[in-house]
Amino acid sequence: MLLEVKDLTIEFHDHDSPEKVVKDVDFSLDKGEILGIVGESGSGKSMTAMAIAGLLPRKKLKTFGSIFFERKDLLKIPRSELRGLQGDEISVIFQEPMTALNPTMKIGKQVEESLFIHHKDMSDGDRKKVALKWLENVEMDDPARVYDAYPHELSGGMRQRVMIAAAMVSEPKLLIADEPTTALDVTVQAEIIKLLLKINELSKVAVLFISHDLSLIRQISHNVMVMQNGVIVEKGDTDMIFESPKEEYTKRLIAAIPEVRL
Amino acid sequence: MKIKSFVKRFFKKYHGFNFVCGLVICGIIFLAAFIAVFHTPYGSTEMNASLKFASPSFAHIFGCDNYGRDIFSRVLEGIRNTFFIALTTVFIGTFAGIVIGAGCGYYGGRLDHVLMRVNDALFAFPSVLLALVIISLLGPSSFNVTIALGIAFIPSFARIVRSEYKKQAALDYVQSAKLMGAGDLRIIFVHILPNILPVLMSSVMIGFNNAVLAEAGLSYLGIGVQPPNASLGRMLSEAQSYIFTAPWYALFPGLMIIIMVLGFSLLSEGISENS
Repeated sequence: MLLEVKDLTIEFHDHDSPEKVVKDVDFSLDKGEILGIVGESGSGKSMTAMAIAGLLPRKKLKTFGSIFFERKDLLKIPRSELRGLQGDEISVIFQEPMTALNPTMKIGKQVEESLFIHHKDMSDGDRKKVALKWLENVEMDDPARVYDAYPHELSGGMRQRVMIAAAMVSEPKLLIADEPTTALDVTVQAEIIKLLLKINELSKVAVLFISHDLSLIRQISHNVMVMQNGVIVEKGDTDMIFESPKEEYTKRLIAAIPEVRL
Repeated sequence: MKIKSFVKRFFKKYHGFNFVCGLVICGIIFLAAFIAVFHTPYGSTEMNASLKFASPSFAHIFGCDNYGRDIFSRVLEGIRNTFFIALTTVFIGTFAGIVIGAGCGYYGGRLDHVLMRVNDALFAFPSVLLALVIISLLGPSSFNVTIALGIAFIPSFARIVRSEYKKQAALDYVQSAKLMGAGDLRIIFVHILPNILPVLMSSVMIGFNNAVLAEAGLSYLGIGVQPPNASLGRMLSEAQSYIFTAPWYALFPGLMIIIMVLGFSLLSEGISENS
């Protein structure tokens, strides 16, 4: 068991009365497993992911329950220890590839960033080698050129590949993909999904794939978890959920997938 | 090779009439200030009674003043003094401004509130007035003027840097650097700082202008560079009494102040329109 989330509750405290955005969420993730979390806006899927990534501001929010990552409770360990895990064992890919890269830093340096932070003993040459290898793994045409390019020279799809390379460069055990394809057009979406599947195969990284797009979830994940209003509605094997959904909400969601008739 | 491509990229990014003019003017001023460190045609304090109020000639192209000192040499030295005081002032202001502004903008919170209110209070005084207060505490000298102006310039830099850091800290790339486990210092200096450089550069140039004017103003009032050392502002105030008998005495120092300010204004304009 790589990740085990137990009774996770997240409360906002910036209004007069506390507001629960995630309620008693329970799930677990095995090594190499791809879990899709699906739900509409405001269902708490992103909050759950941010809690696991350690990105929730600790002041305005209260979290209850526990998130065990390799038996360490991410909500209880000190900040410094959490920082040691971030980027090294747990990586995140964001929704907006256009703004998630630093415009003044060369791609190569950004891909190497987590190696630079977590593996200080590595030589510059070794770091470059690993970065180039991952740029190649994400199917960049010309890794050497991209290594020396700046973000504005790349297209959206290419930037998302760079983000994936940057997230994977230190070979994390958990990759959180928060709507990684939402900002991309459909053909590029398909390529990114294929790429994530290939990388999952290649390095046995567990993926937490968050999306509101059911057809994408169906393509990529082994298991699915449906969320609504901060609660898990239904979870289980992808094929089972899609072929025989038990809950009314899930049924309605699946019925809402547009069918293409030619 | 690397330098060559850097220069090429630099000029590809920064071009245009304003920038080139500013660069040329500032280059000449810098050269003049640099040369004046080692050599001036005549000693700047060398008096010659027979040359009292000598009008411009080939031997003394800017003429001579009431003590028969060569105005060209004194203008060169004045440029040097003004230039270095302005440079140090801006350096103090920028350095402290970056530290305070980055801290406030990036972390926010209570410290930000307190420091920014102090900043607002300082900001309420015109910087020359603030410098006057500090000098009256420390006593007049060119070193104290530098310190006083430096402190007086901190608030404006801190404010600009802070607002830029606030803007940048909310962007995704900062979040993603955080998620890679980068520490706060690394994010502040390695990730964000390069992104605010264009804004910072342009405000450094404007700050430089203000520093030149403020130094000239303080020296004019007699609390900056002390006689017999030359300063553009001081020369103006001395020339005042002889404006009709020796107009060149006032003309050349005044012209130099104008050219200096113009040069750096053009440079700052050029930088902000190209970035």
